[in-house]
Amino acid sequence: MNASIAGKEFTVNEEGYLTDFNQWNEQIGESIAAGANITLTPRHWEVIKYLQNEHKSQVALSIRRVGKSGVVDIKEFYALFPNAPLKTATKIAGVPKPASCI
Amino acid sequence: MENNNGKIRKMMIILSKGTLENVYAAFVLANGARMEGIEAEMFFTFFGLEAIHKKKLEHLHVATVGNPAMHMPTMLGGLPGMESLASIMMKKEMEKIDMPDVHEFLDILSASGVKLWACKLAMDMFHYKKEDLYEGVDAIITVGDFYKQSEGEGVHMLMV
Repeated sequence: MNASIAGKEFTVNEEGYLTDFNQWNEQIGESIAAGANITLTPRHWEVIKYLQNEHKSQVALSIRRVGKSGVVDIKEFYALFPNAPLKTATKIAGVPKPASCI
Repeated sequence: MENNNGKIRKMMIILSKGTLENVYAAFVLANGARMEGIEAEMFFTFFGLEAIHKKKLEHLHVATVGNPAMHMPTMLGGLPGMESLASIMMKKEMEKIDMPDVHEFLDILSASGVKLWACKLAMDMFHYKKEDLYEGVDAIITVGDFYKQSEGEGVHMLMV
């Protein structure tokens, strides 16, 4: 599926996740966040950058791992990204949806 | 009342057993609900209370007797130390797949906004007090209170 924001084309899967992280930019992140009714603050960006770095290092993401990251605790993670924080935050960050049960 | 088109809005999970496998199943279900943006509440009753009892929650075991899936002869499963051995082995496997221990899992559930309720009747029966319980437990409530919590569209109840 193709989508376009500010003239830049990118591809997403049926759930709205970018299929190629190289197509991601901050405007796309902001637009996906707006779709989830989230206005991104500097705290959000710190978490997003962390998720992207973990993805680059091929770390399997889970709520537990995010909570232990030192970047954000679980309570704040849920507060920043209400309703399915890991799914929402990874979508905004342009990284694949984690296949994690924890 | 709004029509939610069959969407699950909240999971009410009742844990009545204190074996490690049941406790983990209930915890994974509650946490998994929150991860999907679904509300979750847990009601700990009878032996399920062991999972939130401060002194007992670190010492839960898998059942080696009466558990055909263990593929262990019942007589053997009943030998002294067998449950501990099986539990140690299971906990090792869990650590490998990044499963938190019971206490840490409770911390995760609590931080994720899962409501943790202790059953009043079972508390009385076992002579447990609020201070015996994990600090994140929201309250000791009756079954009636739990039903009250379960009102509304899109609420599902599950007994583990």
